[in-house]
Amino acid sequence: MTVLTIKDLNVTFSTEGGDLRALRDVSFEVPERRIVGIVGESGCGKSTLINAILGLLADNGRIDGGSILFEGQELTALSAPKMRDLRGQRISTVFQDPMGALNPVLSVGRQMQNIQYRSGLSRAEKDARSVDMLRLVRIPDPEHAWARYPHEFSGGMKQRIAIAMALMMEPALLIADEPTTALDATLEVATIELLQDLQQQIGCSVLFISHHLGVIAELCDDVVVMYAGEVVERGTTRQVFNTPRHPYSIRLLECDPARQAERTRNLPTIPGEIPDLRRRPQGCIFANRCDRKVAACDELPPDVAVGDGQVARCILAEAV
Amino acid sequence: MFAAASEDRRQWLKPLVRILREPLGALGIALVILMVGGAALADFLSAFEPNKISPRDRFQGPSLTHLLGTDQLGRDLFSRVLHGGRIALSVALFATAASLIIGIVLGLIAGYGPRWLDNLMILLFDSIKSFPTVMLALALVTLFGPSLTAVVVVVVLVNVPGYARIIRTQTLALKTSEFVTAAQSMGASTARILRHHIMPNVIGPLLILASMDIPVVIAIEAGMSFLGLGVRPPTPSWGAILNDGFTAIRDTPWIAIAGGLPIILTTLGFTFLGETLRDVFDPRLKARG
Repeated sequence: MTVLTIKDLNVTFSTEGGDLRALRDVSFEVPERRIVGIVGESGCGKSTLINAILGLLADNGRIDGGSILFEGQELTALSAPKMRDLRGQRISTVFQDPMGALNPVLSVGRQMQNIQYRSGLSRAEKDARSVDMLRLVRIPDPEHAWARYPHEFSGGMKQRIAIAMALMMEPALLIADEPTTALDATLEVATIELLQDLQQQIGCSVLFISHHLGVIAELCDDVVVMYAGEVVERGTTRQVFNTPRHPYSIRLLECDPARQAERTRNLPTIPGEIPDLRRRPQGCIFANRCDRKVAACDELPPDVAVGDGQVARCILAEAV
Repeated sequence: MFAAASEDRRQWLKPLVRILREPLGALGIALVILMVGGAALADFLSAFEPNKISPRDRFQGPSLTHLLGTDQLGRDLFSRVLHGGRIALSVALFATAASLIIGIVLGLIAGYGPRWLDNLMILLFDSIKSFPTVMLALALVTLFGPSLTAVVVVVVLVNVPGYARIIRTQTLALKTSEFVTAAQSMGASTARILRHHIMPNVIGPLLILASMDIPVVIAIEAGMSFLGLGVRPPTPSWGAILNDGFTAIRDTPWIAIAGGLPIILTTLGFTFLGETLRDVFDPRLKARG
């Protein structure tokens, strides 16, 4: 069973400099009860992907092709009110910045009440549920924390509260958009462990976006590697981390500071820049930076299946 | 979890205590209470009908019977001032409330709605703002005739653009803030976001601004009534009393004083109160305290 199936998704933004193809033929799946990590550098389309799933693309953005299948429903064809009913109930989101994600002038309890407005519970039941959720995310003294305002909590606590809110309606899919980027290393570990625990308890799937390779390796079952709006490789975490097949994944993993065998002053980088997405190359998106480029790379490469479930968008995937 | 409610109530008292601690704030509150109390209890405080003409008693100076004297028709000025306070304060209250509500709604629409609507509304606000208040009042009165309604409409027209602009600017800033995005991604509708997430965040500064605008509203009402554009005689209004006294200011100055003094006192009272409110609620000024 898969909770979310994205197939050949294309998203385009109309900008003053012409159409910008933010996502090109993106395909991957989020199976039930699994944590899927999306990794990629800034500007690779991670946020666009989330917004496309949530139906919250900016006004100048449009989905022109492909499908997003969530629990058997085609999201690209869903009306705005139907989509709204889904958000927060079946698909929830945790954002990067815990400082900004909570309304500063409403108490935490009020905000948790607000989220449950579709539940049909009485106010007392909603409040009891809120306190339970706060306890679940290990907020000390939840009965009193309930009445406090966001500024009275630390960053880590705020992120845990945001997680509690996201999981309150027991969604089928939790989208976590770099939830630990704004936290320090200790809190990062604690938050990851908490997410893992809660995912087990609630039994939801998680789409976890991060550019921290270590976190992805630690937390995720499957990994999707994105580059300049395309999925260049996907597979299980073990497959992608141990035997990456796409040259970009290989280079990306080489650049991870945690993988450096020797101490060095200059961390390795991938030379070159992301191509201008308004003038996207016809062929392989990574060709201009790839050290294995051949003539055939000027044509769009197919998704090549290598091994069990691992897919790389590179004609040389099998040879690499 | 509900024990915190009583704590909240005590929290509410704190600003009041802080206002009273400021000398200007205490004076402001005293003046406001004096004027509001006088207007509310006008029937008990004064033995005379405000509109009762008594030609024999005209142009009497202040005395124990007529505390502020009488005017050219022998009407008791003290009674007229108290009843005039009702007009002034109810116009201030009603017109300010109406301006606030309209300003907030239009501001939210301009800030959260599509760009073209925003541009259109800003153009409209700026056009209204570019009219001098008196010209606007004259134009409206020419169209609809002098009345209290005309006063309220002028005040609303003068206040709304400013209020709406403030709300619009803050809404624009909050529109893309993370908690609004978060609320959206948690399934909140636009109406819900505006009501629960944006409005509580933008309304505070506006309330303080509105409280500081009350004296301006009172001055507009008095000014329009002085010019004969506001309430119709014989209804007592501070501006109208001022006008009655204005023609005879050399011989019987107490009429003009009776009209002017309450305007000054009320204006000062609300200004002091508004400024203290601003100081108490503005967190940037707190550090100094």
